[in-house]
Amino acid sequence: MKVTLHAYGITRDYLGGREVEFEWPGPPTVAGLLASLERQYPPLKGLASLRVAINTEYASPETSIGPGDEIVLIPPVSGG
Amino acid sequence: MQSFFSGPELVHYARHLSLPGFGLEAQAKLKAGKVLVVGCGGLGSPLLQYLAAAGVGTIGLIDHDVVDKSNLQRQVLFGMQDLGQPKAHVAAARLEALNPHIELRPYTESLTRENALDLMRDYDVVADGTDNFPTRYLVNDACVLLDKVNVYASVFRFEGQVSVFHFPLPEGRGPNYRDLYPKPPQPGAVPSCAEGGILGVLPGIIGSLQALEVIKVLSGVGEPLAGRLLLFDASDGSSRILKVPRDPENPLTGTHPTQKELIDYPAFCRTPASEDGPAAVLTAQCLSPEAFARWRQEKRSYVLIDVREAYEREISHIGGLLMPAGQILEQADSIPRDIPVVLYCRSGQRSAKVLQRLESQAGFRNLYHLEGGLLAFAREIDPTLPTY
Repeated sequence: MKVTLHAYGITRDYLGGREVEFEWPGPPTVAGLLASLERQYPPLKGLASLRVAINTEYASPETSIGPGDEIVLIPPVSGG
Repeated sequence: MQSFFSGPELVHYARHLSLPGFGLEAQAKLKAGKVLVVGCGGLGSPLLQYLAAAGVGTIGLIDHDVVDKSNLQRQVLFGMQDLGQPKAHVAAARLEALNPHIELRPYTESLTRENALDLMRDYDVVADGTDNFPTRYLVNDACVLLDKVNVYASVFRFEGQVSVFHFPLPEGRGPNYRDLYPKPPQPGAVPSCAEGGILGVLPGIIGSLQALEVIKVLSGVGEPLAGRLLLFDASDGSSRILKVPRDPENPLTGTHPTQKELIDYPAFCRTPASEDGPAAVLTAQCLSPEAFARWRQEKRSYVLIDVREAYEREISHIGGLLMPAGQILEQADSIPRDIPVVLYCRSGQRSAKVLQRLESQAGFRNLYHLEGGLLAFAREIDPTLPTY
């Protein structure tokens, strides 16, 4: 599966941009995407609660990802 | 209902009273409303000013910190004359001048597990504008336990997040912070404002959005961001609203709740409960500027590491390798373990945190940090060193 990731917060540093093309061989689910992402960008593991939204909705690990889906990565931020 | 307001109040709120869909009824709800604002910093500054100006009847404001020069770039409630003064008191005085018709209750203590429930109990809505993860989980859990609405906002560099947690919906209370972020990030994985930087105007925008949500919740006008997260990106002006579902595993509000009281939040997040808070480091590992100057003079064998950001180093430095706090764990293999390593930053806060992190997560036993950082070194040893 190949998608465009929209990265927010510190994930922009880890992925090296706000919009990043990403292709992975594993299952086309949120869990599959995250597993591949963490392999390629190990610091992502430190986020513990990195959330993924597909189009306009928060997704669970088993949610499947289809071509053309807009994938948003939302890490926690704490600044005030 | 008109008699609920004095003549001067009716003049004060005239533009609300003439606003279609708002009017006297919504204004009366604002006046009856009680809001606790947690954190009088970047978000708190616009938030408090708009809540006070709008006529929210009772505003509690809590912040244990004092005004620092580095706050003025974004914390527009404060000025040069306020340096060193408690933020909560300065803010309350400023707001009093803005609107004499409201009650202000400043608190200069830290919000803790011990005082949170008592402090929050008397308020209808809590607005979370704190600067660290332990306090965010504390505010969230206390709101859920007390059944208060938590208007949440948070900022990072050019980005902001806003949502309304635990809001009463027809199907029950809406999602809360733990539905959004079940687990805190590892210490150091997400830089704080001090470490990662923040565009000054950004909390101005996000804090204003937070004020908007508080006003909607209290007045009943409009549709609060319950079950929805607003993401704003100042770098291209874009925003997104994402639907947030409830998490069945939520320890407070999931299908099998396991948490019935407040917990030890610094331990839960394994980090000090303030981005500026002191990290506990053994005294033996704190190197005073004088001791460090002696090491240098004696040409002792040690490695010096600057854990600040590259832009800070351009302003001022005392040498050493540059390894920013956020990335230092990944570079741990290049740090020697057989000779003393001295870490330094601007004020000694970050270097103390990095020291703890390198010890607990990478097993170092040869670390020191420069107490008081560059600021202390400039004050005590080298007054020619630029400070910021």
